[in-house]
Amino acid sequence: MSLPERQTDIGPPHYEKFLPPVIKKNYGKWAHHEVLSGGTMVHVAESGDKLYTVRVASPRILSTDTIREICEMAEKYSDGYLRFTTRNNVEFLLSDQSKMAPLLAELKDKKYSVGGIGPRISNIVHTQGWVHCHSACTDASGIVKSVMDELHDYFTTKTLPNKVRLAVACCVNMCGAVHCSDIAVVAIHRKVPVIDHETVGKMCEIPTTVSSCPTSAIRPNPKTKSITINEEKCMYCGNCFTVCPPIEIHNPQQDGVAIVVGGKVGSLRTDPKFSKLAIPYIENEPPRWPKVVAAIKNILDVYAANAKKHERVGEWIERVGWEDFFKLTGIPFTFQHIDDFTFMRDTLRNSAAFKY
Amino acid sequence: MGGKYKTPMLDELEKGPWPSFVTEIKKAAKRTEMADDELGQVEKSYVTKRGYWKHGGIVGVLGYGGGVIGRYSSLPNEFPGIAHFHTVRLNQPSGFFYTAEALKMIMDIWDKYGSGLTNMHGSTGDLVLLGTTTENLEVLFAEYSSRGWDLGGSGSAMRTPSCCVGQARCEWACIDTMAICNEVTQYYQDQLHRPSFPYKFKIKVAGCACDCVAAIARADLSIIGTWKDNIRIDQAEVKKYADGGMNIQAEIVEMCPTACMSYDGKTLKVNDAQCSRCMHCIAKMTKALKQGKVKGASILVGSKAPIVVGSLLSWVVVPFMELEAPFDNLKDLADKMIEWWDDNAKPRERIGELIEVKGMRPFLEAIEMPPVPQQVKYPRKDPFFFWSESDFN
Repeated sequence: MSLPERQTDIGPPHYEKFLPPVIKKNYGKWAHHEVLSGGTMVHVAESGDKLYTVRVASPRILSTDTIREICEMAEKYSDGYLRFTTRNNVEFLLSDQSKMAPLLAELKDKKYSVGGIGPRISNIVHTQGWVHCHSACTDASGIVKSVMDELHDYFTTKTLPNKVRLAVACCVNMCGAVHCSDIAVVAIHRKVPVIDHETVGKMCEIPTTVSSCPTSAIRPNPKTKSITINEEKCMYCGNCFTVCPPIEIHNPQQDGVAIVVGGKVGSLRTDPKFSKLAIPYIENEPPRWPKVVAAIKNILDVYAANAKKHERVGEWIERVGWEDFFKLTGIPFTFQHIDDFTFMRDTLRNSAAFKY
Repeated sequence: MGGKYKTPMLDELEKGPWPSFVTEIKKAAKRTEMADDELGQVEKSYVTKRGYWKHGGIVGVLGYGGGVIGRYSSLPNEFPGIAHFHTVRLNQPSGFFYTAEALKMIMDIWDKYGSGLTNMHGSTGDLVLLGTTTENLEVLFAEYSSRGWDLGGSGSAMRTPSCCVGQARCEWACIDTMAICNEVTQYYQDQLHRPSFPYKFKIKVAGCACDCVAAIARADLSIIGTWKDNIRIDQAEVKKYADGGMNIQAEIVEMCPTACMSYDGKTLKVNDAQCSRCMHCIAKMTKALKQGKVKGASILVGSKAPIVVGSLLSWVVVPFMELEAPFDNLKDLADKMIEWWDDNAKPRERIGELIEVKGMRPFLEAIEMPPVPQQVKYPRKDPFFFWSESDFN
């Protein structure tokens, strides 16, 4: 079989090919928008033209079958035009308002979830997990599914003081904005890696492995042609495992997840913030991670009950103070909460004013 | 095909209202052994609480050093269908816009040569095709590239740039994010496809300070739209918000971070000289308040996830820059940043980490930017600072 002629360095197709006529016409000339429901909105151009958006949840892992089904609905209701959001939702782009109701009816019929717009919970940004990644110490998709089943009403209809951005990372590499999310799950290790010395000598570049360690816990061991790890210095980041796979960091009985809170990326009202540690460890409980789901629900409920309108999770916590966050949520405060790594100076309190 | 494995654990994840990734894998498993064995291996992971993927190997297409992530099952005898399960990154169009026709074409080819599973999209932004074999890579590349679709970046290279929806649909986009994203992607094709950097380099373009693409947290070079002149106010629309039940004093005036607004029950005023352009009031009263007309972008640098010595958010280096096609000023600036980083960084050192090691001064000198107060939260607190000969002239 002969192949079509390959081309190199052509880059992606130009986006203009995929823009509906109403966008082409009003590009850069949008006047305002209005949220019509949890999953629909209308953008109005200076010309008066209107663009209706219907947003639908996706598990991010999509089969070609489902993508074809989505395409067929787009052909039926939005002249074939659709897009995806940075949080992996699907958006149908309609220029004809009369097609919105039948699209929503078909989506309901096919059990799609319409939502994610406004002061609600949008899709959870997440990583590959056990589905596809070598360094995963939990499954991202399973946690996402379990959490969103529980919080589904906050995607479709119920509102919160402001939007709440959730994320799940299946290891500390964090291929997702976990480090700046309102509430996020990050999988962690808790044990020093176990070294297969024979294979290390054959497979790994020793200087690279030594320099991969952020706490200088790794030293070369000329006798074994391998390395040794100073157990007191290791904080289980797994960076050595990334450069040298025979340094086994995974420990299925001890690996689990931490919950971090209060991050954001926007500069609205307050500066962007990193997420901070709320719960240092919850064990992995597949298939539905009930303790993780309950922990997130608890934090969300306390936020919803206590935050002022428009306050993000991190803004609410900074207003009331972290001591109140731990009191209100009932989360125990532990040694793990006190930074003893690169951010220690910034995070310890040096004021005589605080709450009980 | 399909149904080779009993999956009682994963079946639990088909219950409930949120769309199920298990259902998606099962759909593909009806057609491909790959997806079926994937299902079997993931079920095993759910039982043993560990993954079964080896580190990526070096696989790819001729002439490229990236765009494909090698992935192999560590249990190829038990799950032969996923002995190879490589990821192909297709460079997404700016703003993730598609037509059904284009997407269906991509799916038709993928069904011929892959598992039938995708990620729409990967964390960096690419359209991710999940699971194929080494022998199918050249075929896939010929099929896609001949139809106008190229691979994205991976490894120590320029990574696929991405952007928010921008002026295609958003009234707050101060810059043409999609055009900028497309332009820098095209400009850096060689660096994107042939890894030659110390480590990864990510570019993200956000139209305003809302930052819907998380540029400030997830890009080595963060481009965020802003403006310089006065906020435009439509008092008739302000009245409509008040009549509609908005508590303008509490929700807008008192939440302004610089306390530059006032409202007497009739007229909303902004002291523009004190405004920091955070976007709160505009985002909450989009019909009444509009940004000024002198628009451009703030350029920030250095953000990354925590590996290895902690996360970084990007730092302001150029407070304001006009950005008009073909964006030569931006490309020139990015070139200077990358050249300084490439000359000075150790392997696997991101540009933000290098700035921490070398200091901001050599970086600013390399990009020919003067020191300005907008670059810092506050000046240094310690009395130890360098002087160089140029400071004495």
